[in-house]
Amino acid sequence: MSEQNHELLVCRDASVGYEGQAVLEHLNLKICAGDYLCIVGDNGSGKSTLLKGLLGLLSPLSGEIWRAPDLRQGALGYLPQQTQAQRDFPATVYEVVLSGYLNQKGFRFFYTRRQKTGALMNMGKLGVLELKDRCYRELSGGQQQRVLLARALCAASRMLILDEPVTGLDPAAAQDLYKTLAYLNQTEGMAIVMVTHDLDAALQSARTVLHIGRTGWFFGTRGEYLASPQGKRFRKEGL
Amino acid sequence: MILQMLSYPFMQRALVAGALISLCCALLGVSLVLKRYSMIGDGLSHVSFGALAIAVALGFTPLYFSIPVVILAAFLLLRMASRPHWNNDAAIAVLSASSLAIGILVISLTTGMTTDVDNYMFGSVLAMTEFDVFLSVVLSIAVLILFVLFYHKLFAITFDESFSRATGLRVDIYNSLLAILTALTIVLGMRMMGAMLISSLIIFPALTAMRLFRSFRGVVICAGVSAVVCFAAGLTASFLLSTPVGASVVVADLTVFLAACCIQTLRKR
Repeated sequence: MSEQNHELLVCRDASVGYEGQAVLEHLNLKICAGDYLCIVGDNGSGKSTLLKGLLGLLSPLSGEIWRAPDLRQGALGYLPQQTQAQRDFPATVYEVVLSGYLNQKGFRFFYTRRQKTGALMNMGKLGVLELKDRCYRELSGGQQQRVLLARALCAASRMLILDEPVTGLDPAAAQDLYKTLAYLNQTEGMAIVMVTHDLDAALQSARTVLHIGRTGWFFGTRGEYLASPQGKRFRKEGL
Repeated sequence: MILQMLSYPFMQRALVAGALISLCCALLGVSLVLKRYSMIGDGLSHVSFGALAIAVALGFTPLYFSIPVVILAAFLLLRMASRPHWNNDAAIAVLSASSLAIGILVISLTTGMTTDVDNYMFGSVLAMTEFDVFLSVVLSIAVLILFVLFYHKLFAITFDESFSRATGLRVDIYNSLLAILTALTIVLGMRMMGAMLISSLIIFPALTAMRLFRSFRGVVICAGVSAVVCFAAGLTASFLLSTPVGASVVVADLTVFLAACCIQTLRKR
């Protein structure tokens, strides 16, 4: 399938970091349509810095992070880590999900009818439709995460980037979230990039793995990663 | 009694300008409070005091001089707020104390500590000239229109700045817009409410509304309504009891806030 080889995001010899100080160097990475990439690694190894680079919030110090033209027009959804301020935010689920559409091209002040139905559809997909008029701050952690995922879907048509999505969720809610992601990946062809600490779950569903260590990085398919020295050591330590 | 109050032209002016300014403060306040920027309003009002004192000393029209200065200060504060390694609280405290001190020094060196200072600090209905009222009305309407047009975007950057940034919304532009609108509103409201009290117009209505409503839209509307009602009540009380306007309005806001707290606890049981 040609769709499978459609490149969405490519890092060519890219180094990312702050103020000239590279955190992660000479990275080569390719994300195609329909990929499922897990980024694992120690704390402070530059995972979130790389994520900023992939999102286009940080330009690489050297090398290139290439983004497909269709990705630039806002086909990218992002699930950030939750902030403290959000936990007591007065907003309905519907308001939050709709705000995912704001990035769409064209300067418009209000939402269109199509965006409103789109928001409802995405809420249905993630099973939060019945929560539509509930207040965001009164939801459980798992429900909040689903709402934010629905918002990310409004923004995305090709790729989702998730920053430690299962932090603070109980195991059942985390499993649910992984199932949803697998569904989006397989049936909707959504490329998924996820930073995670949960290695077992990551290896269950990931197609490719990027391991960032203090000394270097490894990028390959899941099978290659499991056979690699980094993969073996990382699994043993269990994190 | 109320009719008698409204027969004075200066009271009419105060009511019109004050209600509009309260409305602007409340709308912007929802965003500021939720973004944890409540103290920025307070800091800006002190800067506005300093600017006003300097303007009077130099013989400029106060509003022309204070508006740009306060907008500049608002930019500075918001820039600092976005830096992760910056002690934002301390920065605001330093800026507001310094402007207050400079303002007081300038006043005491020029006109001396007269009732003027009292008016700047605690506000006065008489402070609004006809031109001030005209400017307040025009600018308030501009603030309201911009707020309505950019309502959804302000919601997005208030709720989740990193998501908005990542998905390509020009977050910095909207933050700047918020800063400019806040600065304008504070400069306009300061003469009547006083430098020490204007920030309550920003914070109280938002807090009150957040206790009663669950949707962002509900909170915004409730904040606006409660701000206007409290202003009218405070102004009337100040006329009847001959108390300062600013303080009366704040007490009205406080009363409504406490009532909202009671309603919230009753609902929970």
